[in-house]
Amino acid sequence: MVMTVAADVEVRGSGAADGEWKDPKRYLWLLGLLVPAIPFGAWGLVNLTGLDLFWWFGLIAIFVIFPFFDWFFGEDPTNPPESAMKRLENDRFYMWANLLYIPIQYASLIVGCAILVRDSMSVIDRIGFATTIGAVGGIAIAAAHEMGHRKEKVEVFLAKVTLAQTGYGHFVAEHNRGHHVRVATPEDPASARMGESFYRFLPRTVFGGLRSCWQLEKKRLARQGKGPISLRNDMIQGWLATAALFGALCLAFGIELLPYLILQAVLGFMMLEVVNYLEHYGLLRQKLPSGRYERTTPAHSWNSNRVASNVLLYNLQRHSDHHANPGRRYQMLRHFPEAPQLPAGYATMILRALVPPWWFRVMDKRLLEHYDGDITRCNVHPAKREKLMARYGAAAAR
Amino acid sequence: MSEQPYRTWQCLGCGWIYDEAEGWPEEGIPPGTRWEDIPDDWCCPDCQMAKSDFEMVEITRA
Repeated sequence: MVMTVAADVEVRGSGAADGEWKDPKRYLWLLGLLVPAIPFGAWGLVNLTGLDLFWWFGLIAIFVIFPFFDWFFGEDPTNPPESAMKRLENDRFYMWANLLYIPIQYASLIVGCAILVRDSMSVIDRIGFATTIGAVGGIAIAAAHEMGHRKEKVEVFLAKVTLAQTGYGHFVAEHNRGHHVRVATPEDPASARMGESFYRFLPRTVFGGLRSCWQLEKKRLARQGKGPISLRNDMIQGWLATAALFGALCLAFGIELLPYLILQAVLGFMMLEVVNYLEHYGLLRQKLPSGRYERTTPAHSWNSNRVASNVLLYNLQRHSDHHANPGRRYQMLRHFPEAPQLPAGYATMILRALVPPWWFRVMDKRLLEHYDGDITRCNVHPAKREKLMARYGAAAAR
Repeated sequence: MSEQPYRTWQCLGCGWIYDEAEGWPEEGIPPGTRWEDIPDDWCCPDCQMAKSDFEMVEITRA
């Protein structure tokens, strides 16, 4: 059982004289709250420079600025010791740094919609600005991921509020009860397989996730003697929330807003899914004689420790610790250097995932190294199995 | 001395159920093992939530 890894963890950070560990990243989390303000930044930059290019500021941030920050700002030196865990957990500052994403997100969504429908906006401008709004909705899913994992019902509710923008209200149920249970197995729609491109993975995870959530909710409601068509069904709640949100925005700003709302939602959840793609690519839990899979260990997630992506995504890159301790608040997550590591931060790896040949060239080798060259230990995309066995299978035979 | 009825405990993360009557033999927890007697560092076999993140629930037995 991989529970006590404190002994392996390096303790860094400016310790006070009494030995009390101080979190060097504490105030950096507030930088993450600049993300939902990006649409305001786009509007400001367009007005300042006169360049309509800046309506696309969200995509510029994701494809250029954030990968640059990943490279420039280097590794995250924070690794809280076991002795600091209780204090970190109870420090409400971190919870607020997460929850405050929501008001800024919805302020920028509402103001963004008001700007988008103006006559002065061309169709290209509108598409660009919708992608900027979608980028905020996508990163919002990382904020919602944190809230949705909490025991506190208020925070779980707020996760669903956050997810209304991208139509992903079902994510809380499917992620906690589907993904965390089936992670790194072929049965998990959100765990990518070796040889599966992001574009092949995308419909599988989107529709597979919806299907799985429906099954989970149907079972849960049946245990309470209820049918699946109910307001208590998390999926139905999610759809209703998004319908209500989009309905209200269209009533306020005009029905011509609707295609752009759909565009920003799709872009938003595509961002979530590309992060899902890189988190477990090709990793596989072994089946036990009982038919169950082995327990999830830190070996079943891809990690990174670039400080910029950590700050933007609430430590989501510390993915092994998250799966080992799903109840832990983000500020308590630790970096496991012995767990599988990506060659760059999540922000940078997103770019590679979008260019499959580049992704495969970088990651297939890394994946095989993790399994000592034995491809039979990888979660392989069935359609590519023959080709991959031919290329890599000889190593397993040795 | 009358035996206390066996209780069931549900994982707050994923909903996995631990039934004291059944135990979890595949990891060496025999049937009838009370919740208090399971080590504190044990976690949910499905999703690794900590033992402290379980709650006792009422389950209607067949």
